[in-house]
This record gives sequence, structure tokens and C-alpha cells, in this order.
Amino acid sequence: MMYDWLYNISGSEILAMFVVSLLPLFLFILPFALLAVLAERKVSAHMQDRLGPMRVGYHGILQTVADIIKLLQKEDLVATATDKTLFNFAPLLVFIGSYAVFAAIPFSGFFIGSKIDLGIIFIVGATGLVVAGILMAGWASNNKYSLLGAMRSAAQIISYEIPTLLIILTIIMLTGTLSLYDLSELQTAYFWNWLIFGGPAIGIQKILLIPFMMMGCLIIYTSTLAEVNRTPFDIPEAESELVSGYHTEYSGMKFAMFFLAEYANMFAVSAIVAIMFFGGYQSPFGYLGNTLNLPWLIPIEQFFWFTSKGLFFVFVQMWLRWTLPRFRVDQLMAFCWKYLIPISFVILLLVGLITLI
Amino acid sequence: MALKTEEMVLNMGPQHPSTHGVLRLELQLEGEIIIDVIPHIGYLHRCFEKHAEAMTYPQVIPYTDRMDYLASMYNEFGYALAMERLMKIEVPERVEYIRVIMGELQRIASHLVALGTYGADIGAFTPFLFCFRDRERILHLFEITCGARLLYNYIWIGGVSHDLHSDFIRLTREFIKDFRPNLKELNDLLSFNRIFIERTANVGVLPLETAINYGVTGPNLRASGMKWDLRKDDPYSVYHKFDYEIPVGSGEKGKTGDCWDRYFIRVREMEESLKIIEQAIDQIPEGDVTSAIPKRIKPPEGQIYTRVENPRGELGYFIISDGSLNPARVKVRAPSFVTMQVFPELCKGFMVADVVAILGSIDIVLGEIDR
Amino acid sequence: MKTAEEIFKILKEKFGDSIVELKSDKPIDPFVIVNPLEVDKICLFLREEKDLLFDSLMNLSGVDDANGEKVKDEKGLETIKGGTLSVYYHLESTSLKQKLTLKVSTNREKPEVVTVTESWKCADWHEREAYDMYGIVFINHPDLRRILMPYDWEFGYPLRKDYKNPEFYQGMKVPY
Repeated sequence: MMYDWLYNISGSEILAMFVVSLLPLFLFILPFALLAVLAERKVSAHMQDRLGPMRVGYHGILQTVADIIKLLQKEDLVATATDKTLFNFAPLLVFIGSYAVFAAIPFSGFFIGSKIDLGIIFIVGATGLVVAGILMAGWASNNKYSLLGAMRSAAQIISYEIPTLLIILTIIMLTGTLSLYDLSELQTAYFWNWLIFGGPAIGIQKILLIPFMMMGCLIIYTSTLAEVNRTPFDIPEAESELVSGYHTEYSGMKFAMFFLAEYANMFAVSAIVAIMFFGGYQSPFGYLGNTLNLPWLIPIEQFFWFTSKGLFFVFVQMWLRWTLPRFRVDQLMAFCWKYLIPISFVILLLVGLITLI
Repeated sequence: MALKTEEMVLNMGPQHPSTHGVLRLELQLEGEIIIDVIPHIGYLHRCFEKHAEAMTYPQVIPYTDRMDYLASMYNEFGYALAMERLMKIEVPERVEYIRVIMGELQRIASHLVALGTYGADIGAFTPFLFCFRDRERILHLFEITCGARLLYNYIWIGGVSHDLHSDFIRLTREFIKDFRPNLKELNDLLSFNRIFIERTANVGVLPLETAINYGVTGPNLRASGMKWDLRKDDPYSVYHKFDYEIPVGSGEKGKTGDCWDRYFIRVREMEESLKIIEQAIDQIPEGDVTSAIPKRIKPPEGQIYTRVENPRGELGYFIISDGSLNPARVKVRAPSFVTMQVFPELCKGFMVADVVAILGSIDIVLGEIDR
Repeated sequence: MKTAEEIFKILKEKFGDSIVELKSDKPIDPFVIVNPLEVDKICLFLREEKDLLFDSLMNLSGVDDANGEKVKDEKGLETIKGGTLSVYYHLESTSLKQKLTLKVSTNREKPEVVTVTESWKCADWHEREAYDMYGIVFINHPDLRRILMPYDWEFGYPLRKDYKNPEFYQGMKVPY
């Protein structure tokens, strides 16, 4: 893939590794995070019957540039009674936890950061770092509100990882592979081969799987929504109760790190849902490169399809945020433990039975 | 054997995104459960009653605006009504109709703010903007009549300051036509949303006996099950000429008197206000609106207590006059002041997140509480 | 629906001297003047009695009657000596649709009125406000402290007619 191509060109392993792992970061995710901030403001504005940022650039396109300049030049306030090491380290952990996952996500058939065999498990493990970062932030802020927010957030993320893992387990059981690259390659050629429609195998197994796959997709979408702390699960950042939760005391660039990490996380979970259920980078209709007999066009098309699917799910996440009110903390926990986890277990069991047919 | 947990005192301070104004709530928590709430008020005290003793009677009217700044027309209405009863002034019928129309439009505007901010507190940010979009049209109607959007100085003792603008009736009819589908949209988006019902049903239940003993009035009392509305039970102005209903809470989604009931009563009241405005526009007579305003207001010695139905409850004015040009005492019985007393009772046993829900549902305005 | 005269007769029969008189000459509302130290029993009776059933306290307000003599004290500022402070109660019966106004007067130097919070919890904050603004001490009140002014305001009671603002409060200049 990309790694091999770079290795062939440069001859050095380390250089190839560096370029390959940093490329998605700087070329794609950072610009995406910046654009996502703008997109959220415009999307929310149009949904609420108003216009959003209009002045900076044509219809407000350069608004994020203005925001970044503002955040960069802000004074970095650190209260005296905080635990300084933890306070400074927490945004880094959250940032690392959110961005590390992009090494294992295949952006197209040609490009994947690291062709690791344990793709999906690596991703779940890396997102666990975020919990540690949030708890550190809440504790080190020396603020009752931040502590409350951080504890709620940690409880929420840990609880909602369980339905996510159960559905991932279901997919692994069904397809027999952990690597996201293989998972995408499996769902090749036309949209009825996507896992949400039962997978590439033809037969009664496929028809039986469809309702369970759809339910599984819904469950994983909801649980990952809870993991990235988006409404209706945004208790940790509930503005009207806890001022701003665990990132109340942060200002300037550290706050920007939390912010960017949230948007990168959103894209990461949308990408995972897209890869697992909706075919990853595969096109639903077949490739233009194939019909025109231009093989170098295919990775570009795949990248285009992958980005659109990811962006569509990000859009749905934003849509949900501006439509639904917020859950209360005990209702959130009840929803996870009393409803999502039993249903996920049942799906796991039944899909396992179906694969034996 | 119960675990010994420590009590924590959490301060929802004077500056907070969802206490509606400058209110300080001292929450005594045990974990997440509330043991006691102590409200501290007085941050917005602007000495209305002391000012009123230094002003002449017509000069008090801009001060009455600023008490409950979301329902200014009704504050002026109450004061003007009290003075007219004390001085036995007969106002022309056109003035009465104009006052009713303005009052009911103001009721809709105030309820829109209450509902919008309540949704925003619960986490639904979009209905807030939809409500404010509709409120903009009402404020435009007020602007073409008297020039101001929030604090009007419009209803004077003996009449109103300006007659209706020539476009007013047409624009009001358009507003009513556009607002009814928007109400339905608000219901679909917020009122019957499953998550919203989970957050507000069975939370902060106010039993009827407690409500009457504490003097709670207005939509909060009606939500607890009592059909008590000053417009029908102690009628003033020309409200007896209109045909409208009084919505009463019935425990549709939980117990009677919970937050959802208080919220939904306000939605239904907006519909009833639309009916009143429609009938008033159709029936309004011609006349001169400033003919009955006396040149000098010097009421006889005596005292009077009058009340009107504010969007928040029963607004009472107790005016003592000693025969001179300045009042001897103007006491305002603000409905939010009385409702704030019952707030600690409502919160006991619920969680911190519910404090925000309950505070939003009783719809207080700090300007009224502190005067 | 009873008129003020009928209620006055019922009260006079029950309580005798505590009910002072019924004033109905000035406009608009007639009111019954009662003894300030007996007002809690009267209000309990008004709430419980079958024909009266006054279950709602609409309003409770302190009033400075300003009927003492104006004297100039040492600093040349005008104060009022003697005279009375009053408290007005506006009661209502929601079931029988009748209203009543009560008035109590206490002397200005040491104003004391019994609290009516046993009859209506609504009176709690109203009495705190009357204490804050006029200095009327309500005997047996559960929590009598200032409500609108800062808790440590020691410069008098603002709504009295002879109140003067202090120069400085906690280091801040008061006349703005």
C-alpha cells in the first residue's frame, strides 16, 4: 500500500512509517476538525431558522481561521490551586487518545496508516485513553463542577463501551477478521454486499441477518454517540447545569485541544460505523475507474466515498444534537445497562446461531 | 444499614447559565440527592417602592415596566387599573379593548420566552430559537404601536399613550395565522418528545393544598388542578365579553402538578390567548384613546388593592394615597416572589439536574422578585 | 359571600377587644383594625371557620404611617418620633369568593407583631420583607432575617420615611 510505495521510494522504514502515520493527521483530520466546527455552526444555524456566521469570508467560510487565531493568542490561565502537571497533561492525553485511532482506519484501498492485524481492538483501546484524560482534567481543575462533570463523563464512557464492544464482537464473529482493511475489502462490489444488508454471502443467512444488522448499527451508533459526549448524552458538558463540566477551567490552546479532539472523535466513530456496516470505502455502484479503464482513479474514488459516508454520519450526529433534549444522568445509565446491553447480548447470541446455519 | 455519606454544599451562584436572572441557590446535597435548597435573593433590588414614593402617579409607570421586564404591559395594566378604581375614572371602551389585546399579546410573548428557555435548560436548543422567532413578530407589533420592544410606558392612567397603528390589525391577523402551525411544530418538537417527558414528568410535584397555602397563583396553581383564573373569577376590564377556556393540569404524563403539567399549561394558554385576541380585534369599537386621561392625578385619600392575571400569576398592587400628588405607599405583590418560597419544597428528594428543570418550570423573573 | 360588616360582627363576637374597629369611610376597601399581638389567633380562626374559609393570603405589606412628629436630631437630619407602623393583610377565600382586609398598628419605637405563618406559609417571605424594609419584628417567625438588602446592612430600614443612606458600605461609596 502507501507504506510499501513510500518504502520503495525512500528506502528507509522509519521515514515511510512517519509519513504514513502523520499524513492522515495533518492532511485530513486537522482540516476536518477545523471545518467541522464551522459546519456545526452553519448546520445548527440553518436548522434553527437563522444564518450563522456570515461576515468572515464568503458566507462565513473563514470563520474557523478567525477562531484559531483567537484561541492561539488567548492568555493561558492556570489557577494557582490546581495540580499543574496533571492539569497540563490532561488535554494532551485526550488529544492523543482521539487522534491515535486514525492510524488504523483505511481511507481508501491504497492508503491505510498502519496495516495492523488488530485494527478494531487497537481503536477501542486507544479511545480508552480519553477516559483517563477526562478524569485528570476534572480532578486537576480543583473545582467542584469540573469534578462532577469528569466523574459523570467517565462513568458514561465506560458504561457505553460495553454495547459498542458487543456489537463489534458480533461483526468480528460474522466476518472472522479484526483488521478494518480486510473488513472493507470484504464488502466489495455494490451496496447489497454491505454488512448492513447481511454481508457478501448469498443465501438464507443474509436475509436472516438483515434485521439484526440494522439493530446492531443503531445500537453502535447510539453508544458511540455517548462515548463522544454528544447530545442527547452530553451531561459532562451540560452548559446549563455545570457551566462547562470538565473543561471549565481551561482556556486558550488547551481548550482548543479538547475541542478539536471532540470533533476528531466524532469523525472516528462515524468512520467506524461506516466501515463496519456500510462498506467502508467501497462504492455502492461500482467504480468509474473500472468502466473507463483508469486504475489510478479507483483509490481516489474510494477516498471520496469513504469521506462522504463519514461526513454523512457526522451530519446526522449534528442533527441529533440540535433536535433532542438531554438525558438525566441516572436515565442515561439506566438506558445503557437496562436496555442496550441486554439487547446487544441477544443480538450476539442470535447472530452467532445464524452463522452456524 | 445506610452508608454514611457526607453532605456537600454546592452553590449555584448568582451568575449561572440557567438561573433565570441573578439568583443564588445554595444546594445541600448528599451525593446527587438534594436535602435542602436555600434561595438567596436581592441581587436585583432596585428600590421600586421607595422610588414610587418620590414620583408623581404617572411617573411611576416606567418604573412598573421594569419589574417584570418580560411582561411589561401587564405591570402597567395592573397599576393603571388600580389607580382608575381609586379615582373612579371611566375609560373609553376602545382603550379597554386595546389594553386586552396588548395584554394577551404580551402573555404570548412571555410564555414563549419561558418555554424557549425551559427547553434550552433541558438541552433542546432548537425550540428556543423557534420561540424567539415568533416573539420577534410580537415585539414588532409593539414597536409600531408605541416605539419600544421591551419596556413600553404605554398604558397610562385613564387611557393609553398612542392609538393603534393603521397596520396593526392586519399584521396581527397575519401573526395569528402564522403562529398556530408554529405552535403545533413546538408541540411535535418538544412537548411530546420522549426524552423531554422523561426529564419533566413526575418531577417537582406541587400538591394543591400546599399551593394554596403558599399563595401560588397563575399557571402553577392551574397545573396543580385548580381552575382559578382572575380573568374569569374576579374579572376586570372587558374579559367577560370573550369566549375562552381555562386550561387545568390533569396529570396527563405523570402526577398532576409536575413540571410537564406546568409546561404544557403554558402552551395551552397561548392558544387561548390567540382566541381572545381574535375576538378582540373583531369587536374593537372606535373612539378616542386619550380623552379620559386626567390632566392632574390627585386621587382622594384612601387605599386600594387590585390584582390582575400576569403571565406568571396574580400581580397585586396595594396603593395608599394621602391626597397629594405622590403616592404614600405602593406595594407590589409579585407572583414570582411568592412562587420562589415554595421552590425548596418542590426540590427535596430530587437530583441536581432536576433543580434546573423545576426552576425553569415555575417560570420566575428576578426583576419581579427583587423589584 | 359575606360583606366586611358581617365578618366584622362575627369576629367581634368571637374575639371581643382584640378587634378594634371597622374603618370603611375612606375609599376603596374597608378594613378591620385588630390587635397586633392577637393577630395569629384571629387569622387561624379566619382560615378554619366554616363560613369564612380564608385559605389564601393574597398580600401582606408593611406601611409607614408617618403620623408621628418630625424632629431634627443632633446632626440636623429630620427623623420621625412617635407614631405607628402598620401591617396590612389582604385575605381571600377561593372557595367562597370573599375578601377581607386586616390592619394592625404598632408603635414606631419598638414594633412587634405576631407572625401568621402558622395559618399561611405564604406569609414567611412577606414578613421577612416587612422586617427588612421597616424593622417590624415578627414574634415566633421561623427565620427572621433580611431578604432584599444585604444580610449585614446595619444602617436602618430603607422604606421608613426618615431613612437616610449611609456614606460608605464595606468600603464602597453609597450615593452613586
